[in-house]
Amino acid sequence: MSTLAEPLDVADVATQFTVVRRRHTGRWLAAVVVAVLGVVVAQNVLSNSRFGWDVVGQYISDASIIRGLGTTLFLTVVCMAIGTALAVLLAVMRLSSNPVVNGAAFVYVSFFRGTPVLVQLLFWFNLAALYPVISFGIPGVHLDANTLITPMLAAIMGLALNEAAYMSEIVRAGILSVEWGQSDAASALGLTKGQTMRRIVLPQAMRVIVPPTGNETIGMLKTTALVSVIAVPELLFSSQVIYARNYETIPLLIVASLWYLAVTAVLGVGQYYIERHFARGNRNLPPTPIQRLRTFARAITTRSTR
Amino acid sequence: MTAVPTLSPAASTTTRPMVRAEQVRKSYGPLEVLQGIDLEIATGEVVCLIGPSGSGKSTFLRCVNHLETIDAGRLWVGDEIVGYRQRGTKLHELSDREVCRRRTDIGMVFQHFNLFPHMTVLQNLMLAPVTVLKEDKEVVRARALALLERVGLAAKADAYPRSLSGGQQQRVAIARALTMQPKLMLFDEPTSALDPELVGDVLAVMKDLAQSGMTMLVVTHEIGFARDVADRVAFFDGGRIVECGPAAQVVTDPRHERTREFLAAVR
Repeated sequence: MSTLAEPLDVADVATQFTVVRRRHTGRWLAAVVVAVLGVVVAQNVLSNSRFGWDVVGQYISDASIIRGLGTTLFLTVVCMAIGTALAVLLAVMRLSSNPVVNGAAFVYVSFFRGTPVLVQLLFWFNLAALYPVISFGIPGVHLDANTLITPMLAAIMGLALNEAAYMSEIVRAGILSVEWGQSDAASALGLTKGQTMRRIVLPQAMRVIVPPTGNETIGMLKTTALVSVIAVPELLFSSQVIYARNYETIPLLIVASLWYLAVTAVLGVGQYYIERHFARGNRNLPPTPIQRLRTFARAITTRSTR
Repeated sequence: MTAVPTLSPAASTTTRPMVRAEQVRKSYGPLEVLQGIDLEIATGEVVCLIGPSGSGKSTFLRCVNHLETIDAGRLWVGDEIVGYRQRGTKLHELSDREVCRRRTDIGMVFQHFNLFPHMTVLQNLMLAPVTVLKEDKEVVRARALALLERVGLAAKADAYPRSLSGGQQQRVAIARALTMQPKLMLFDEPTSALDPELVGDVLAVMKDLAQSGMTMLVVTHEIGFARDVADRVAFFDGGRIVECGPAAQVVTDPRHERTREFLAAVR
């Protein structure tokens, strides 16, 4: 206790004592267990010939697989774009003080969130059974629903309209996350409601909107696999067509999975940089992995030249 | 404005008040927060609104630039009725765009600064003159930089608001309002959210502004500022103006018992 009364000189402490670090026994144990499991899984995956890695290698860059991947990417981009644009409109409608406008958006969101997207896709695909002829109330102008609603159009409508319902809630949460004071300040400066939304509220809402939108985009990429049921030749459907012919079911499903994984990895990186862009002015951002690598490389080169 | 005879007060004389409130009433549900406010502010005058929390002073301030609507009474800024356009004997409610145009003459400074965090200081200042008044960018930039110089923050033009202290943010907010070259400035408890040692810088900027002849309506708890800088002080309590008069008299020699109690409590 006497040491409390006379605090030790820090320099003294360093010379007199050696510091004994804590042993993290649990961490070591966990690491060993995980490593062993990893080796077992890897060994199994590589030695089980039924995975058919040679077949995977053969089909991974097959022309029809690449075309399917292209269709998957096209559907993802188009449906997310339409869904997001519609979502902003729905979110603004939901925040309107007009009960009719507000109610319409609420009904839309309830309907499209309340039924499975697979059911919605089948509905769009079979629209011709409901409305054989689509006319616009203009005499002489009418279209045959069977030729108008191609599988691709049914897929886009089904996925985009469903996505809009989910995205609108994300956008609404983002808009609500911006303090009221921001709108007050913008109004006091003479900005109109539209200008306030575009210049002040939405850019700040993006910080809240972007991370779940990244999730939604990755989710959309995978949900596009559902449109294989209405015969749109996307990535999964293309794999199915091949394994229906050669019975190499597992290898071709692995081919599809590897492409899905590759694209989600790329999307994840994109999301990281978009988040950083909208976080400006908010906090001191840590360096990106690339910036860190560059600093590291610079440190090494300066050391080696010395 | 128009050749139509107006309802505006003192329309025939040259000394038209900048703000005139006549029996202004405002309720939130069953709670009447403004119970008939009468107040006139002359051009170039500095009026401080003091009083306890919830007495309606901030609400009144927000009515002046139509951030809140009034339920009854009349409120003029210049020769225009807030929120309405007069045509003969009819008052037409203004569209969003017209309300916005009128606000460009009125600057407002908030308790919590409300700078736009996703824009630099300079962008905060330039936004409204460029997008609302459609002024030339370079002209606005020069004016904005001069105003930052005036509030002592020329070095912070490219900083983001979050990297500034509260006092610096509030001075930027004042500069932002001034970049619009308003005729009237509204201050809503501008120093209430600041650390005590930062209050002085903000008050100094406001004093400088008052001395340059700006018409100012200031809701504040800084009684010393009210006494030294304001021409008149209005004491609000329970949605009414209990006492209004020359600053020195209201602060040092209040006539009303309620004013005396309040001033004794805040000292």
